[in-house]
Amino acid sequence: MAMMTTRTPGRVARWTLIDIVVVVYALVPVLWILSLSLKTKSAITDKSFIPTEWTFQNYVDIFQTTDFLRALVNSIGIAVIATVIAVVLGTMAAYAIARLDFPGKRALVGVSLLIAMFPQVSLVSPLFDMERALGLFDTWPGLILPYITFALPLSIYTLSAFFREIPWELEKAAKMDGATPGQAFRKVIAPLAAPGVFTTAILVFIFCWNDFLFAISLTSTNASRTVPAALQFFTGASYFEDPTGTVSAAAVVITIPIILFVLFFQRRIVAGLTSGAVKG
Amino acid sequence: MMAEIVLDKVTKRYPDGALAVSEADFTIADGEFVILVGPSGCGKSTTLNMIAGLEDISDGELRIDGQRVNEKAPKDRDIAMVFQSYALYPHMSVRENMAFPLRLAKVDDKIVRQKVEQAAATLDLTQHLDRKPGNLSGGQRQRVAMGRAIVRSPKAFLMDEPLSNLDAKLRVQMRTSLSKLQKQLGTTTVYVTHDQTEAMTLGDRVVVLRGGIVQQIGSPQFLYEQPANLFVAGFIGSPSMNFLPATLADNEVNSPIGKFALTDRIRALVEKAGASREVILGIRPEHFEDAHLLDDSAKAGGATFAATVDVLESMGSDKYAYFTVEGDQATSQELEELAADSGSADVPDSGSQVVTRLSAASDARQGESLDVWFDADKVLLFDPSNGKNLTYAG
Ligand SMILES: Nc1ncnc2c1ncn2[C@@H]1O[C@H](COP(=O)(O)OP(=O)(O)OP(=O)(O)O)[C@@H](O)[C@H]1O
Ligand SMILES: [Mg+2]
Repeated sequence: MAMMTTRTPGRVARWTLIDIVVVVYALVPVLWILSLSLKTKSAITDKSFIPTEWTFQNYVDIFQTTDFLRALVNSIGIAVIATVIAVVLGTMAAYAIARLDFPGKRALVGVSLLIAMFPQVSLVSPLFDMERALGLFDTWPGLILPYITFALPLSIYTLSAFFREIPWELEKAAKMDGATPGQAFRKVIAPLAAPGVFTTAILVFIFCWNDFLFAISLTSTNASRTVPAALQFFTGASYFEDPTGTVSAAAVVITIPIILFVLFFQRRIVAGLTSGAVKG
Repeated sequence: MMAEIVLDKVTKRYPDGALAVSEADFTIADGEFVILVGPSGCGKSTTLNMIAGLEDISDGELRIDGQRVNEKAPKDRDIAMVFQSYALYPHMSVRENMAFPLRLAKVDDKIVRQKVEQAAATLDLTQHLDRKPGNLSGGQRQRVAMGRAIVRSPKAFLMDEPLSNLDAKLRVQMRTSLSKLQKQLGTTTVYVTHDQTEAMTLGDRVVVLRGGIVQQIGSPQFLYEQPANLFVAGFIGSPSMNFLPATLADNEVNSPIGKFALTDRIRALVEKAGASREVILGIRPEHFEDAHLLDDSAKAGGATFAATVDVLESMGSDKYAYFTVEGDQATSQELEELAADSGSADVPDSGSQVVTRLSAASDARQGESLDVWFDADKVLLFDPSNGKNLTYAG
């Protein structure tokens, strides 16, 4: 039950103030980058928050280089594939962990926790050597595989929390109503787990999309370099020119898919969908 | 459609070794309303889940319509179940919840509509058909759960404490309509409850369970009058039977409520059962009466004792008078279990309490002494060592 607190004008004012502080704190750097990306080359260092002269030249520039477009395709492809695989595997594992008793269950949970706690930096050099030896270096699978590894614990944990929330009795009820185990899962459990699946998908996607460490260490060419790594290689028109404008434009562009992704799935994340299933 | 359910020495042992049900052996006739009753943890839900197919049967055989169904999945048994939590599908409307079993059975859409609407009319749910379960009241949810069970006309209904989440008034209402509905449909029903009032009022027959073992099976009235043992005697009836320690010698009972002779009927039964010297005397509250209201001929079949009224509750139609009589409390394992279950484990330090139901005309007063008469032929005697009813007529 929601705790009811009284709304006094003082409370409202205090919370509004706190909200504004938090929002400003979070948004200023983002707006700063947006502002930089819209400035002309000469005005980049003018220190004004609102560009005096508006231009989209930086955006035009980045889309004219094949480097950025390639990186964008790599980013989208790698993140989407890794997300789909991690969420599908995570769903199955989480369902088993939440619902079934099987030998090795504790070990599975333990190992996935271990992976989640493992510092990724310490894995970079071994992975580099392994991928070189296996021919995975600088390929899509070369990034997808480590992403899945590190996203799986996240997805298993989030999803098993969701599965645990779904009342066991709904599945029993479905069985009594004549459903096979498959039908019970498809028609009753899956629709109720959907918010959890989408939440997890968003988290995993963001994790893959934002990764810089693996992207910079396990790639060497346009073949698999993702945007966060590619930004590193942006140069201006001449060696001495500062690429701040184009880097900012690229940074703005790569936040767009995440915003779209969240907006698209947000409608599906309806909290409290299971309310009313069982009393108490 | 015939649906006779036979439990043939059905036993359930959980993987952790807990023996939840031990050799349950009874037959539920076609169209019968059978109640499984007993304190918490006695194996009621387990028994029901084994009939449903949600729990495996460890030993014994379960037959529906003469066919062994031990190995059949729930969906192949054609049985509907109403859960204590209702277990409604929150993402479906009331209509879709009720239609779900029919949709799974691939019933034609037109027939589905018609059956759902018919069930909704029976249960007074028509105006709620397009709402989500989350927006309904407890009673409405309960009816949707019932509706989901009745739409497909199954062989039998299984209900696990379906009314226990409702408030007291609604529970009484739903109890009546449930009973009516079952009579109207004539479907075999197994109903689990730990509420002895529900057991008494709803069932054709009642099965009393204790620790996974069936204690007694019979009509509510029979269980009330002829409990097989202390446990059933104490469990059935509200307020429950009074138990007092007593000694038996020369066909005379010496008890905290006086010394009295056994009636001929009881003497014959006790002799047949081979009673020991120490017994537990059981007598129901309604078998007491204010001695002043009875003439001598009426008093002939019983005995009278005097005691101080501790508490007097006037219910309008009768008066309940509570006494404390001297002597120890009757003790036995069964009685301790019952006390623990009803939450009244903390008993007075000395003496035992006697609850009596007197007629409204009695002028008993709290704190004053009263002459109380009781019917000696209604007395039950139990063996303290094993709880057996020594006056059981069978
Ligand atoms: N999954 C399980 N594993 C092990 N033991 C269990 C399991 N489920 C129930 N039991 C045990 O079996 C016994 C009977 O349980 P059951 O749920 O049938 O009781 P009940 O009569 O329905 O009680 P209540 O009135 O509290 O619902 C209990 O002692 C319980 O501890
Ligand atoms: Mg139960």
